[in-house]
Amino acid sequence: MSSTIEIVESPAGIEGPGFFATSLDKVIGLARANSLWPLPFATSCCGIEFMGTMASNYDLGRFGAERLSFSPRQADLLMVMGTISKKMGPVLKQVYTQMAEPRWVLAVGACATSGGIFDTYSVLQGIDKVIPVDVYVPGCPPRPEQIIDGLIKIQELVKNERLNRRNSEEYKKLLGSYGIE
Amino acid sequence: MAEITNEYLLQKITNQFGSDILSHEETYGLVSITINKEKNLEFLTWLYNDSELNFQFLTDVCGIHFPDKKDHEIGAIYHLHSLINNVRLRVKCFMPIDNPTIQSVSSLYSSANWQERETFDFYGIIFEGHPNLKRIINVEEMDYFPMRKEYPLEDGTRTDKDDKYFGR
Repeated sequence: MSSTIEIVESPAGIEGPGFFATSLDKVIGLARANSLWPLPFATSCCGIEFMGTMASNYDLGRFGAERLSFSPRQADLLMVMGTISKKMGPVLKQVYTQMAEPRWVLAVGACATSGGIFDTYSVLQGIDKVIPVDVYVPGCPPRPEQIIDGLIKIQELVKNERLNRRNSEEYKKLLGSYGIE
Repeated sequence: MAEITNEYLLQKITNQFGSDILSHEETYGLVSITINKEKNLEFLTWLYNDSELNFQFLTDVCGIHFPDKKDHEIGAIYHLHSLINNVRLRVKCFMPIDNPTIQSVSSLYSSANWQERETFDFYGIIFEGHPNLKRIINVEEMDYFPMRKEYPLEDGTRTDKDDKYFGR
């Protein structure tokens, strides 16, 4: 039986005997991207697909995200899976504001993205009406491969994020547009 | 105990409440009675306490909106079940849309409390005498009654729908 364990490649830098020099944001981005702690906010069928994604067949742990955080305080990534009703909107926003920076949001499935088939008075027409979203995963529900693809897209964002982005005026303006200080 | 047939049930109700029974029908073996809305509590109390009928289980309270029925636009419908006799009965009361008030039956059936709140939430029917008549399911800030037919079912904040794909 053969097994190959892959380790992420080190970022570009200058290497010599006894030292390795590279930029700090690359190292931090690498560490963050490969140890995301997701908070699953699962309300309906997309949540079932997420359970399949976490389980051994698809195994989100291969991407360093096997540690689910059911407390927003320790979570890096908010994964919203399922229909969010208007009554649930403030709850979702509160969960988001309880997360510490840096934080990312993945909207999984048609309902979280746009309201999906529930174009009706009681359903929030996409979670981006109440919180900023980084990556949208289409599908009704999306297959686990698509959810993994979404997570990999999040990892790319995390890897390449500037360290001062969360302090920038632009980011504060984005949060301000959602009424989050 | 003799079985209670629909004919017998209807006869007994008519004997007691003759002129308040506005109409009746039988669909799929289920008797429906439309009754004067002022008499709803009295009627249900009688059905509840009658030693033979024993309609002591309230299956459901719901609302309905017929925009074209002048002065009878809004309806409250009670589904009753006599568990002892295994007989069901549907009682309808209609009221004008500009004054949709009816007596609460929550003093008779405790289960009517939440069901009447839900009916108020969606149709705006005022159940007089209800201990806590406020919205139960929809968001509290909602300023209309969404199941009334003058309001569109689709949400106005939807942005990704292109009418041409829906034949409009």
